Amino acid sequence: MRELLEGSMAVAKIVQLCKPGVVSAYPITPQTHIVEELAQIVADGHLDAQFVNVESEHSAASVVLGASAAGVRSYTATSSQGLLLMAEVVFNIAGMRLPVVMTTAVRSISAPINIWNDHQDAVSLRDAGWIQLHAEDIQEAVDLHLIAYKLAENKSIMLPVMVCMDGFLLTHGMETVNIPTQEEVDKFLPPYKAPYKLDVENPMTLGPLVDPESYMEARYALNETHKEALEFIPKLAADFSKAFGRTYNGLIEGYQLKDAERVIVAMGSTCGTIKEVVDELRKKGKKVGLLKVTCLRPFPANAIYEALKSIPKVAVVDRALSVGSFAPLLADIKAAFFGKAKRPKTISSFILGLGGRDITKDSIKEIFRLMVVKERQGEFIDLKPELLKDNYEDTL
Amino acid sequence: MFGPLTCKSGSSRKNKTGPWRTESRPKFLKKNCIACNMCLLACPEACISGQGKNNYDFDPDYCKGCGICARLCPKQDIEMIKEECQ
Repeated sequence: MRELLEGSMAVAKIVQLCKPGVVSAYPITPQTHIVEELAQIVADGHLDAQFVNVESEHSAASVVLGASAAGVRSYTATSSQGLLLMAEVVFNIAGMRLPVVMTTAVRSISAPINIWNDHQDAVSLRDAGWIQLHAEDIQEAVDLHLIAYKLAENKSIMLPVMVCMDGFLLTHGMETVNIPTQEEVDKFLPPYKAPYKLDVENPMTLGPLVDPESYMEARYALNETHKEALEFIPKLAADFSKAFGRTYNGLIEGYQLKDAERVIVAMGSTCGTIKEVVDELRKKGKKVGLLKVTCLRPFPANAIYEALKSIPKVAVVDRALSVGSFAPLLADIKAAFFGKAKRPKTISSFILGLGGRDITKDSIKEIFRLMVVKERQGEFIDLKPELLKDNYEDTL
Repeated sequence: MFGPLTCKSGSSRKNKTGPWRTESRPKFLKKNCIACNMCLLACPEACISGQGKNNYDFDPDYCKGCGICARLCPKQDIEMIKEECQ
């Protein structure tokens, strides 16, 4: 049924339909509306789940770790500092191969404290072992949650999945969303039967100490499973398309790539703005396009190589930094082309939209303009030079 | 793909920690023992067994040589000796 919904409400609805047995979260802007709504849904008796109120995100993550280890489908959501506070447990959930699904309402990281949207929180945890999916709009955020549970709980995958949606832009934006019925969801996502769990009838330890004799194998297996997930995700996305009629590749999405001479690579809601600009410029006869990266981890290097190998000029847009090095998405994209016979002549790097700085159509047009001249190295768009001083005294 | 992920109960029996001992091991003198059970209860490896006076001993397959038993014994009836002079 199509409804006009705030992004957070839409996510709460789809999580309700996925029937988690345990939900635990600590409120943080801009994630709060999602878990507020879920708490209400549970309190109203519309979802037979235990909603565990906790004193911190570290505890929220620990609760869903425990619930998942006991064989229960579980859900949490967080943002920014909350995700950082969870970090220790986030790595553990992946290492223990527990199919937790978490929504990250993607937000900047302090300091300076800032509650608005960029990708620094999720991107900083890209090495934690979670599958990380980035939504472009609210409908995709809804659909990715369904895909996330199905993916996470696959017996040969058994990995946690983080569904990232841009804070405020998607969590607080309104959109007409197609929410599937309970029957449709039940058909696509059967109840979770844990292949291993903590059970008093069959005692065992999950997450025990392993010495140097066996640690490497646990990490190797985690890494290999990410490679297997790369093969599996497009198949799952195809199953989803068949069941719900909305088409996803799950890894990447090309927009006007055929015959394109200039292509921007981006993640999240920025892709919607870029599509608008691409349409405008195409009308003027400019051969421009977009490559959206939905799946940041596992990183679909081959799919990206195939999509971009014949494009003359590529610009990668990062909304996060790897301070002191190349921007995170740029580094991955460049690595995908290293040593390959075919590659774009230039792969430019742009940083924009940090801490909620608006990304306008003009920002995108500026990138399409700048990437023509030469390869740009981590150039900031919409920067205000008047706020930058050489001496701290001048800033006081 | 999965690596080492879980372990069934009883795995500490398989995982012999005796080789962790580097310097010393306990020697149960069995002279003044009053069967207070302190050594048995305090052993972090639970590798001390026995019942009745002067009848306690440790299992070298699991003893890490921590010395807690010797320190706790109220009758100084356990002493730590160099690993090589058994």
